[in-house]
Amino acid sequence: MALVSPSIKATTQAQVRASITRRDRNIGGLVLYVLLLIAVATTLLVLFTLLARLFAPALPVFRDRGLSFFTGTIGSNPDKVGIWPGLYGSFIIGIGVIVVSIPLGVAAAIYLEDYAQNRWYNRLIVINIRNLAGIPAVIYGILGLTIFVGWLEPLTTGKTVIAAALTLAVLVLPIVIITATEAIRSVPQGLRDAGYGVGASKWEVTRDHVLPYAAPGILTGTVLSLARALGEAAPLILIGAITGLLPATSLDGPFTALPMTIYSWSSKATPPKSVLGFDNVAAAAGVALLLLVLVFNIIAVIFRNRFEKQRIGL
Amino acid sequence: MNDHNAATLAAVRSSSDPERNAVTEVDVAPTGPDPHAVFQAVDLSVYYGSFCAVRGANLAIAQHEITAFIGPSGCGKTTMLRCFNRMNDFIETVRVEGSVLYHGVDLYDPAVNSTEVRRRIGMVFQKPNPFPKSIYDNVAYGPRLGGVKKKAELDEIVERALKGAALWDEVKSRLKASGLGLSGGQQQRLCIARAIAVDPEVILMDEPCSALDPIATARIEDLMQEIKTKYTIVIVTHNMQQAARVSDKTAFFTTEVNTESDRRTGCLVEFGPTSTIFSKPNDERTEQYVTGRFG
Repeated sequence: MALVSPSIKATTQAQVRASITRRDRNIGGLVLYVLLLIAVATTLLVLFTLLARLFAPALPVFRDRGLSFFTGTIGSNPDKVGIWPGLYGSFIIGIGVIVVSIPLGVAAAIYLEDYAQNRWYNRLIVINIRNLAGIPAVIYGILGLTIFVGWLEPLTTGKTVIAAALTLAVLVLPIVIITATEAIRSVPQGLRDAGYGVGASKWEVTRDHVLPYAAPGILTGTVLSLARALGEAAPLILIGAITGLLPATSLDGPFTALPMTIYSWSSKATPPKSVLGFDNVAAAAGVALLLLVLVFNIIAVIFRNRFEKQRIGL
Repeated sequence: MNDHNAATLAAVRSSSDPERNAVTEVDVAPTGPDPHAVFQAVDLSVYYGSFCAVRGANLAIAQHEITAFIGPSGCGKTTMLRCFNRMNDFIETVRVEGSVLYHGVDLYDPAVNSTEVRRRIGMVFQKPNPFPKSIYDNVAYGPRLGGVKKKAELDEIVERALKGAALWDEVKSRLKASGLGLSGGQQQRLCIARAIAVDPEVILMDEPCSALDPIATARIEDLMQEIKTKYTIVIVTHNMQQAARVSDKTAFFTTEVNTESDRRTGCLVEFGPTSTIFSKPNDERTEQYVTGRFG
């Protein structure tokens, strides 16, 4: 019955040392390590090239124009144009996405995860939501044009920033639902049991325990969806964002957004006498868009850290 | 039958604490339950989908006693326990046959509100599961749900519950600290404090010491002896010595293998005073289990 064979028992200390200090000749592991390193390096290289190509042409714009680039409006002279209408439009879209898609998405996720029974029609809904997340943005543009610009005209007053915000909110809704569903699913059963155990109702458990615990995950989804919504140009083209002249910004009039401004400036030829080219201002608008996304994300991260502290009970 | 149950349920609900015993006495359901029983399982079977987890269990749980459920893994002890406060409701495929009478009222009567049931019948779980909140808020959560709002009143409830769970002296100086910062044994006593803060009549304990070291286990066992004068306790345990030490009555469950489907169904083998179960059991399977020859 001895599990250790006599020959191993009899080995000397030197033999044991020799057998367990052998050099690791794991070629496969080394190859994988190198491949992983190459993958990381490539990714970083692409990212830095992208940032360099964006910042280099943008710098002269910020240097020459300063604040007037942020307050000016769009037009045909790259020495005088500004991004204010785009900034305004993108900001409203960001707010609209938060106000519309977060409550709707989280509510849908709570329903699907905690209330819906495991029936075929509910499974079908979940599959469809996952598919919706993969639909090209331009399709949502058609949807927005039909529903928010057309049918809901009394509410949105046509081709306005409100219609754009609603369209992009719907666009990111599947992302919000999927990430929120996953965050809610990760809530430990023990925490729910604890709530039920002292006589909390289903809603009380959801409100007091499930949502606070899932909040950091839900906010991660929010960050992803905001970045997506603020970067989309295709649906805005269909909804009719302005690329020509836009002297005044308003909620119920013509609008534009930063991706739209970048898109239109990128395709314009620079007039012969101007100092700055349209490629410069397009790059500078790109930097502004990055900064806007960054601001939204920082706010979300601050909230997330607060919820994270609550989650571990500090 | 249903009308009768609905009426007695109303009586049970409306009774304030001192009158609980009175309710038990007047309440005799037509099926003839034991009038002194807090719980009576009548031909109780529990299914998960088509799988039968417990078949045809009959037992009565007496007031101010500690009843232990013992048996090998998969014998349905926890399933049975979770029927007593309808915690099984959250498993979608679960189906309960027979009845669980609580003071003669069928807990699975459609008129019964399961949230109210869980307020009266508290639960302590296998793994200590304090809320990620302060020690104070952990204990105050249940009373707050019940509508207690005044700070002074809450303070008093929290102090009483923590004293009742033998935790007060260790935590009184740091009530605002996180419940998750306590040791495992302290966390489990916090969970007991949380359960008794809503002043239940019964506390169900699902292997409350399985995640604890022997010293913490001994503290919980002492605590159970102290609080059994106020509460009726049902405990599921894997540890036979624990059942022998703490309980007044013991129910032994085992698994029966269906030779056709090779599925295991839990069944109640024997139920009686703990001393009888451990010294001279009636059933051969009980004897084999308690003497360590099986399971």
